[in-house]
Amino acid sequence: MLKQITVTVNGAQHTAEVEPRLLLVHLIREVLNLTGTHIGCDTSSCGACTILLDGKSVKSCTMLAVQANGKSITTIEGMIQDGQLHPLQEGFKENHALHCGFCTPGMIMRASELLANNPNPTEEEIRWGISGNLCRCTGYNNIVKAIEYAGAKMRGEETASTEPQFV
Amino acid sequence: MGHSMKRKEDARFIQGKGHYVDDIKLPGMLYMDIVRSPYAYAKIKNIDSEAALKVPGVVAVVTGRDLEKYNLHWMPTLMSDTQMVLPTDTVMYQAQEVAAVIATSRYAARDGREAVKVEYEPMKPVMDPYKSLSPDAPVLRSDKPGKKDNHIWHWEVGDKDKTAQVFANADVVVKEQMYIPRIHVASIETCGCVADYDKVNNHLTMYMTTQAPHAIRTVIALVAGHVGLTEEKIRVISPDIGGGFGGKVPVYPGYVIAIAVSFLVGAPVKWIEDRSENLQADSFARDYHITAELAGTKEGKILATRFKVLADHGYTDAAANPSKFPTGMFSIATGSYDYGTAYMEADAVYTNKPPGGVAYRCSFRVTEAVHAIERITDRFALEIGKDPAELRMENFIKKEDFPWKSPTGWTYDSGDYVAGLQKAMDAIDYHGLRKEQAEKRAKGELMGIGISTFTEIVGAGPSKDFDILGIKMFDSAEIRVHPTGKAIARFGTKSQGQGHETTYAQIIAEELGIPAEHIQVEEGDTDTAPYGLGTYASRSTPTAGAAAAMAARKLRDKARKIAAYLLEVSEADLEWEPGKFSVKGAPEKSKTIQEIVFAAYTNHPQGMEAGFEATHYYDPPNLTFPSGAYICVVDIDKETGGIHVRRFVAIDDCGHIINPMIVQGQVHGGLTQGIAPAMYEELIYDEAGNILNGTLMDYLVPTAVESPRWETGHVVTPSPHHPIGAKGVGESPTVGAPPAIANAIVDALSPYGITHLDIPITPFKVWKALKDKGAI
Repeated sequence: MLKQITVTVNGAQHTAEVEPRLLLVHLIREVLNLTGTHIGCDTSSCGACTILLDGKSVKSCTMLAVQANGKSITTIEGMIQDGQLHPLQEGFKENHALHCGFCTPGMIMRASELLANNPNPTEEEIRWGISGNLCRCTGYNNIVKAIEYAGAKMRGEETASTEPQFV
Repeated sequence: MGHSMKRKEDARFIQGKGHYVDDIKLPGMLYMDIVRSPYAYAKIKNIDSEAALKVPGVVAVVTGRDLEKYNLHWMPTLMSDTQMVLPTDTVMYQAQEVAAVIATSRYAARDGREAVKVEYEPMKPVMDPYKSLSPDAPVLRSDKPGKKDNHIWHWEVGDKDKTAQVFANADVVVKEQMYIPRIHVASIETCGCVADYDKVNNHLTMYMTTQAPHAIRTVIALVAGHVGLTEEKIRVISPDIGGGFGGKVPVYPGYVIAIAVSFLVGAPVKWIEDRSENLQADSFARDYHITAELAGTKEGKILATRFKVLADHGYTDAAANPSKFPTGMFSIATGSYDYGTAYMEADAVYTNKPPGGVAYRCSFRVTEAVHAIERITDRFALEIGKDPAELRMENFIKKEDFPWKSPTGWTYDSGDYVAGLQKAMDAIDYHGLRKEQAEKRAKGELMGIGISTFTEIVGAGPSKDFDILGIKMFDSAEIRVHPTGKAIARFGTKSQGQGHETTYAQIIAEELGIPAEHIQVEEGDTDTAPYGLGTYASRSTPTAGAAAAMAARKLRDKARKIAAYLLEVSEADLEWEPGKFSVKGAPEKSKTIQEIVFAAYTNHPQGMEAGFEATHYYDPPNLTFPSGAYICVVDIDKETGGIHVRRFVAIDDCGHIINPMIVQGQVHGGLTQGIAPAMYEELIYDEAGNILNGTLMDYLVPTAVESPRWETGHVVTPSPHHPIGAKGVGESPTVGAPPAIANAIVDALSPYGITHLDIPITPFKVWKALKDKGAI
């Protein structure tokens, strides 16, 4: 009944015996103990469980662990490199793009694919690009700002002021 | 203060190192899943657990009959009503908990859940609150001895006769029937817990998603004291919380069942509800049917208002209002306007819907009140053909008239409503928009401008009037400064994303001169933090924030004594600037706060207590009254009813601002939770009692696409009675945004004789209204 699978997660190879019905998000959270990936719904609507699978953003509650066999996964825990925050992580902090933090890992993982495909997105492209990820706290203004900030930083440009703007 | 310090808590959240309840894993931990009723109203004829108990990994199936043996099958609600933990005979709403399955894994628990066979005898549910009051309606709460109808309570305030007199003699009377729909907070993290009962030491550690850990500990002790779980044996830990908005104030049956099972089995039990359970069974918000009336002169002076409410509470009153206020702060419905006559009444009824009436980023019914007054004020302006901005300007309470006593008994602390609205009008170019609208109307195009100028009422509250289950609504801060001048501060509140770790540190930094980076803030552990009533109703800054300042001032008084001793001068000869005391006229003679604190541990004056710590329980002398002026511009597609929010300007007055970045973030988030009920969200039930949109597939939480780019700004009138002049902000935008949006849409449609639409205003409602009026 159990199936053996091998996945590479944040650069490290893991082999596990899993039930065929085990959801990928449960493999990540409960077998590998990487709890930065969250679960916010049961209908693939909220995006809190978003990870990168071979570079593509995927809602990990919508896939079985066995479907990830042989593939490479990046979770929020793998975004920091050599002690340096990823520009998106920095952008979220600098622009106050998170309140409770629960949607943040999924939002960052989704945004990382968005920027990989479109390094200089417009505001509208960002808004549509993250529309599979729900945030209940921030009202999204600052998430858009954070992704713009990260995009600029990754393009090697000056990043705009992160101070709040008032009318 | 006033500095947009980046948040201290963010480091862990951006790296996936937040610590939420579902991240907790204890040795030997069991998992719980819950069997729920498919019917809204039914007798339970039989529960057959046999097949479930044969599922590999299933340890137990718990029913109401099992809990009844320990008298744990019912529990009190915060409003002194009663709620089933698990039913013994009857289910009262669809998705009600019927039995719990305990297993060694999450998957086994779910398998077991599917295998439990429950036999029901369905009955015809009561879904309409008006029909619930009819004499032939079945008495839903027949468990209550002597209960002969479905009426829960009646409430009223104001002068009924005088109001009737003003209405009878007024030039103009307007009236609208409004429904403020049942909605759900849908925080991205659902509710859950890990109940860990230690049999050897008779001690319960309860990790749970709660906004009010201390009050919950007391409630658990009240419910379970008779089985030996007295309050000192209970530790409630509220870890990082993935959004609360009021939905994490109540005690849900799942928590109680998990405690009972852990107590009986002696192993930790985890219960994490899924999203559909969360939407279908956890506390709802709103569900107020309001008849709103306003009397005025034909020139546009408001003379009186009258509001009649029918409140649908579901099968039990499980709201979370202060005890003396069954309708919360609904009596703020006289709004920002200067008139002396009002009357309000409300009746609450039972129906076969889930219980609650708690919150959606505003727990005390202020949203309902503000919607009623702001909509009926616009209706009045429409009736007499006056610009709604001008009408508001003429009716505002003037800034020199504060403190202002409202006809329903509140004393508003401060405000400058004229300045707020003027600022919003300037920012959005109000007069330019009106000109554009006139041009568009001439061409048959639909454009609307909506205003909401609201007064909030938060910071509950003064002990004279405010308690929950008898516990006064103070809140607390404890500050300990270590010998090297670095501090830890603990609070009775609990952040769910509001940024307390940063904001509270900034308050203490301002008062004591210790850098905020060196002040560690902790909340949510009842074993370590001082008692407080928790975080909801925008109360943290008004209460615990005030407590932080007061505790810091106690420490500053002690610091002055130590400084006088060290500098060998009298206390009166010292002056304070943030971070140090110096001798008047000899500024080179000074002691920094770090030197003073070090002395408190190494060289304190004889006769003085050593150490440097203080606690303060803050009992606010009054509530705070934040306000705002919001303007929304919409464009509507006549053919489809499609609504586009073109611009939205929000000017808030939350008094002195501690961290502008965090305040702006709160406003952004609250505005999106304002557009949500205004245009998208409503929990819908059919006549058979089925919820029609109980998942995130069809309950429309706005995404980044639906959410406009918010424009925000401030007017500052400090609260005169708060130690740092702050008022609280978290809920203002959720309160103020819906009427601004509804007013804008109705404004766009008003040339066709449309005077009101109930929220959520969907394209279909707009299209139908236009069709009905023959406009298309």
